[in-house]
Amino acid sequence: MTKDNIIQELPYSKPFLFVDEIIAVNEHQIKGTYTFREDEYFYQGHFKNNPITPGVILTECMAQIGLASFGIFLIKNSLNQNQLSIAITSSEIDFYKPVLPGEKVSVIADKEYFRFNKLKCKVAMYNANDTLVAKGTIAGMAFQQKK
Amino acid sequence: MTQEELLSKLKTIITPYVQNEKALGELNEETDFIKDLEINSANLVDVALDVEDEFDIEIDNEAMEKMLTVGASVSIIEQKLAEK
Repeated sequence: MTKDNIIQELPYSKPFLFVDEIIAVNEHQIKGTYTFREDEYFYQGHFKNNPITPGVILTECMAQIGLASFGIFLIKNSLNQNQLSIAITSSEIDFYKPVLPGEKVSVIADKEYFRFNKLKCKVAMYNANDTLVAKGTIAGMAFQQKK
Repeated sequence: MTQEELLSKLKTIITPYVQNEKALGELNEETDFIKDLEINSANLVDVALDVEDEFDIEIDNEAMEKMLTVGASVSIIEQKLAEK
């Protein structure tokens, strides 16, 4: 599993894919980036005449990098990924700075554990100035799809 | 460790993850973690990891698949403790 084909394996597409690039990944940590386009659909309503990236979308971006992408790497070829579906199971995130249209963010996730198909990570998001935007803990699971 | 002590420790571990308080009050060997106590599968992993820490044992995949009821969990913990 290389950095490039992790993104191809992700089960998301536009307008809900929030990963541009996986910068680095190993058994303990993953780092990825995403640039919020000026024309993302949610800026139309969040907020009226004052576009700011919703916290739930920042959480989603952290989960797509820190759980989904990282999980795909960690599971690698040990399981047939086609038969797996994934779900976020918990998140506790604090937000420190707003993210505006056009901003590029980096997400770093450090593995707390990956056991019995559950991945739990400490995650942090930084903006282009390397200022902390959001930080917390997220967890998710991979499930065998019911036939 | 008596079975009562073991059961008491197990109850302490599962309590924070239980959604059905009534079933927790009526805890017995047949109590099913998911069906009766309404623990979700993600928190069931936390139960297993807390059991590992509390009893200093390792829960493998095979044991994890069986750890679905109070009685099955007590048996597995006893077995793993005996193997130490």
